Amino acid sequence: MAPSVQKTAGRRIARVLVWAAVLGPLPWLVWLAVSGGLGANPIESLQHRTGHYAIRLLAASLVITPLKQLTGWGWLIINRRTLGLGAFTWAMVHLSVYVGLDLALDFSQFFEDVIKRRYIAVGMLAIALLTPLAVTSTKGWIKRLGGAKWNKLHRLVYVAMIAATVHYLWAVKRDITLPVLYFVVVAVLLGFRLVMWRRRVTTARLSASVPQST
Amino acid sequence: MLIKRPADIPSSEITPEAQYVNRRAFIGTAGTLALAGLAVPATLAACTPADDRRASDMDAPELEQDEKVTSEEDATSYNNFYEFGTGKEDPKRNAGSLRTSPWTVSVDGLVKAPKRWDLTALLAGLAVEDRVYRHRCVEAWSMVIPWQGVRLRDVINRLEPTPSAKFVEFTTLLDPQQMPGQRTNVLPWPYKEALRLDEAMHPLAMLATGMYGKTIPNQNGAPLRLVVPWKYGFKGIKSIVGIRFTTTQPRTTWNDAIPSEYGFYANVNPTVDHPRWTQAKERRIGEFLRRNTLMFNGYANEVGSLYAGMDLRKYY
Repeated sequence: MAPSVQKTAGRRIARVLVWAAVLGPLPWLVWLAVSGGLGANPIESLQHRTGHYAIRLLAASLVITPLKQLTGWGWLIINRRTLGLGAFTWAMVHLSVYVGLDLALDFSQFFEDVIKRRYIAVGMLAIALLTPLAVTSTKGWIKRLGGAKWNKLHRLVYVAMIAATVHYLWAVKRDITLPVLYFVVVAVLLGFRLVMWRRRVTTARLSASVPQST
Repeated sequence: MLIKRPADIPSSEITPEAQYVNRRAFIGTAGTLALAGLAVPATLAACTPADDRRASDMDAPELEQDEKVTSEEDATSYNNFYEFGTGKEDPKRNAGSLRTSPWTVSVDGLVKAPKRWDLTALLAGLAVEDRVYRHRCVEAWSMVIPWQGVRLRDVINRLEPTPSAKFVEFTTLLDPQQMPGQRTNVLPWPYKEALRLDEAMHPLAMLATGMYGKTIPNQNGAPLRLVVPWKYGFKGIKSIVGIRFTTTQPRTTWNDAIPSEYGFYANVNPTVDHPRWTQAKERRIGEFLRRNTLMFNGYANEVGSLYAGMDLRKYY
């Protein structure tokens, strides 16, 4: 197979997988709702499921850059935006289930929760950080901000990722197995970037110090 | 002006279906006991009229008109019983490994005669009652459950605690073979709960052996489970194998694990929030809008005097 064909095939497969990850939960939730699969407390079940989708998609969006660097498959990058926007969308659904269904639009309770409950506050922080990233995810905004500025702004995703994981950890009553697992994944994803960043800094310093010593 | 028109038939006059079903359950139990030679038929005959009297004049307060019994399916498939897993659906899936017969309950501490009781003997001859109670979980969901069981006070009277006994402690079975959740350390095992003795002697406190007119399912705490309807659900310890009487306040599992979130008293109280959520409202399983949570889960008239003068913010 010629390299270009391989690239096109890989690109297509990746697009299908990514879109399936982003949209797949929707028919699944509809099926569960119709078949009674959401259990005795369907609102709680929806809340938990949508939260998991958002966190997992956000983590998946952070996989793309390292994967691209490790494989050299530049064409992967388009999926980062899809996964990031998917995560944001599911986070908004998660918030809507909480405010719309769980609290039945009791906004005074909502504001009380944000102020009094740290896990809700940190969850809102995650969504607040993701919002400008979603807004500026278009080609137009990349041009308007310029690549450097845009990249700097979008580093907020790291903070949002940590905030989302902390939100989950603090929301859990006792069994922290899954939140800890999420933390490990996030640590690997962010740790990879830290290692790459330090390597870049060291290389830059080395190359900068060479002319001085001569 | 609002004029409340009384219903044609006061709801107190209607025999609940569960109670009707229980008549047979009671006869069935009596028959089994007689066959087992654990009860003299004459004793049974003698205690039957007393049961009728008690059932009529000491009934639990009624539910509000808009409160319905939770579906049996929901009440037996949405459970917190960490011994069988931390997910709500785990207990139903995993509790089949629990062997509930034979079952012994060891009684010790400040009692006349510490001993291991066979469960059948422990309950023999005690009046089995039907109680439809609200069940309010500390996680802000609730149900309405028709229980069958005996009054805790009847069991305590049989055990004859000494006058120095001030608390009663309960212990769940410890057996990781039967209870897979105990192979993890998500909680310190075995699960323990306790009541002040005057709380335990309150007529509303019961030891349940059945629900929905059937033997209590494993995932709901078979074969013997504490039901204290004015307290959060985690006080209702399941699959009890130990009862101990003490002078000092026993340590209890959730209180030990996270003291800031789960108190020893754990009385249902809409004015004292859990640190991570409000307790002012609750989701009744099967309903969409949250209900207001009632003081002492709606049993304030019956149990309020137990806590007279206590700061319920401090003793949450």
